[in-house]
Amino acid sequence: MSATHTFLDRLEERIANRRESATTPEPSWVTARRQAGAARFEALGFPTRRDEAWKYTDVRRISEGDFALAQDADFSPSTAATLVLPLDAIRLSFVDGVFSAELSDMASLPEGLGVEPLSRAMSTNHESVGGSLGRLAGVEFSPFTALNTAFADEGAVIRIGSGVVVEKPILVQFFSRANAQPVMSHPRVLIEAGARSQATVIEHYVGEEDAANFTNVVSEVLLERGAILSHYILQEASLQDAHIGSLHVDQGRDSRFTSFNINLGGALVRNDLVADLNAENAEANYYGLFFAQGRQHVDNHTLVNHNAPHTFSNENYKGILGDRARGVFNGKVIVKRDSQKIEAHQSNANLLLSDRAEIDTKPELEIYADDVKCSHGATTGQLDEEAVFALRTRGIDEQTARGLLTLAFAGEVMDKVTLDTVAERVERAVAGKLPERFNLGDLVDVATADQA
Amino acid sequence: MLEVKDLHVTVEGNEILKGLSLTVNVGEVHAIMGPNGSGKSTLSAVIAGKEDYEVTSGSITFEGRNVLEMEIEERAQAGLLLGFQYPVEIPGVKNIYLLKAALNAQRKARGENEIPAPEFMKLVREKLAVMKMDASFLQRAVNEGFSGGEKKRNEILQMLLLEPKLAMLDEIDSGLDIDAMKIVADGVNSLRSEERAVLMVTHYQRLLDYITPDYVHVLVDGRIVKSGDKSLALELESRGYEWVLEESAA
Repeated sequence: MSATHTFLDRLEERIANRRESATTPEPSWVTARRQAGAARFEALGFPTRRDEAWKYTDVRRISEGDFALAQDADFSPSTAATLVLPLDAIRLSFVDGVFSAELSDMASLPEGLGVEPLSRAMSTNHESVGGSLGRLAGVEFSPFTALNTAFADEGAVIRIGSGVVVEKPILVQFFSRANAQPVMSHPRVLIEAGARSQATVIEHYVGEEDAANFTNVVSEVLLERGAILSHYILQEASLQDAHIGSLHVDQGRDSRFTSFNINLGGALVRNDLVADLNAENAEANYYGLFFAQGRQHVDNHTLVNHNAPHTFSNENYKGILGDRARGVFNGKVIVKRDSQKIEAHQSNANLLLSDRAEIDTKPELEIYADDVKCSHGATTGQLDEEAVFALRTRGIDEQTARGLLTLAFAGEVMDKVTLDTVAERVERAVAGKLPERFNLGDLVDVATADQA
Repeated sequence: MLEVKDLHVTVEGNEILKGLSLTVNVGEVHAIMGPNGSGKSTLSAVIAGKEDYEVTSGSITFEGRNVLEMEIEERAQAGLLLGFQYPVEIPGVKNIYLLKAALNAQRKARGENEIPAPEFMKLVREKLAVMKMDASFLQRAVNEGFSGGEKKRNEILQMLLLEPKLAMLDEIDSGLDIDAMKIVADGVNSLRSEERAVLMVTHYQRLLDYITPDYVHVLVDGRIVKSGDKSLALELESRGYEWVLEESAA
């Protein structure tokens, strides 16, 4: 437990230094919650590979690291411009976890939509935040949610009023800088979608090439009756960053939640997704894509709780692993007793581009009702050599042929992405990660131009 | 242009081609006919570079280059293109990706720049029209969910775009109805020129009604046993292969 204590002591000291300079004391409920989080983290400690949920994922890169806290949000706008998604969007930006007004754009929010940094929401009316924050992601969920609960002091609060349809996507950008000493941040994202509202939220994690920081984010999403939300996690952090995230979704009647969980970056990545389908006709769709090379490690754990009858879930995750990269997929569906007439489908397909790449995949179904329609499956394979040959007989060199087929493998998930900018970005990233001479970016252009 | 000399090819220990020799000159159209299992498809597959085939002796040269020492893609870039009997389905790879990547690979090999997108689209649309294919084919995954006829048309579409010096067609007529056959034949005929050659492998004479060959070869048990002009194909159609076998045994 020594790593846990060292980590905690250091973090507490750094947080205390930062709070001393704060002008207003924090509300007592916040202090109480922090203490509960810290106590829980201390009791649980960093997970080890003896914990079933962390069996394949070694977090020593985090537990043995010495991470400072960022003191400012200074970030060159020109550097930021090379990293951001070129979208006409409402933007909320954080640099190593610190809010950056300069890189944000919340100028013209439509009526009924609130988008603000957590710090501002707290200082304006902390009680309006207190009711929802932490309702879904308790300190019990994992040591990392406990850690986040103890130390989160910034993040995004997005409130969509009843019946409000937000046309522009809401983009929450997390920039990671190449710091002299690595830093950590514990951002908190809260999304409250009112009845029959509709919106798209993107959490975009991106940073400088030499960044080596630790991000520990917790997102909570509350969907009221009939709310429709598309939620993206586009994780393109540097290849030295550690990224731990958990997303907790609470769905009301007739609500629809569609998640795109796309992981291209990071040295050590762990995502947890949990959706609770609490009332009839709630629907959750999970689409995931992870592409890891070098020694990247990407772990996705997903869970869908069918807590009510007539609920639907559909999951499709694709993994592409090259070199000595390692992937983990653990998808669980739990159908509660009396949750009859539900439908749950789950699929995970993985492509291994190298003999030394590894995937551990485990789809799990736990069904306690008797009138349900469920399916699940996992496949792992290599590229179809016949297709490689066929492409080569057309003059396409072997590596480009393999690149095209790799892109094609990702396509099934990417076709579901409705934001073209994101789809194109991911296609380029997948193509760009392959050797330079693939030049697939240009192919993407042609296909897009022809469709237009 | 293409010189195959005393070619011996083994697949999984079985000798399929047993001393095949063939010369194809520029401007010529050759048809290779023969009973099932005679090694017809093996010849074109070996020339294209299929890896499961072991060449135990003999040689293949194309415009003076040793084909057997060239990578699969180099052969295509040099102008040797194979139209498959069973085109592979490639889920997720859009036809347009394949066409553009293939065309640019060829241009690059010739030291030319990549084709600009508008020019490429114009060219593709032109070729689509020849093959009576809808533009929607471009956005569909290569051969996925295509009917037999559509797959074959797609093979010829690639040929029209890539303009090979030597087009090899492996049973391009199999599974085609008469309308599709005419379209495929029109496509192949449009490729015929003084600068190019065509090598067709077929089981049936029917295809040769639409694509008239200059030479017809009969392949039996791994060797060419008889060569002639198009009248030989008609004779095979009416008399079958038995008499050729008897003649060659004699």
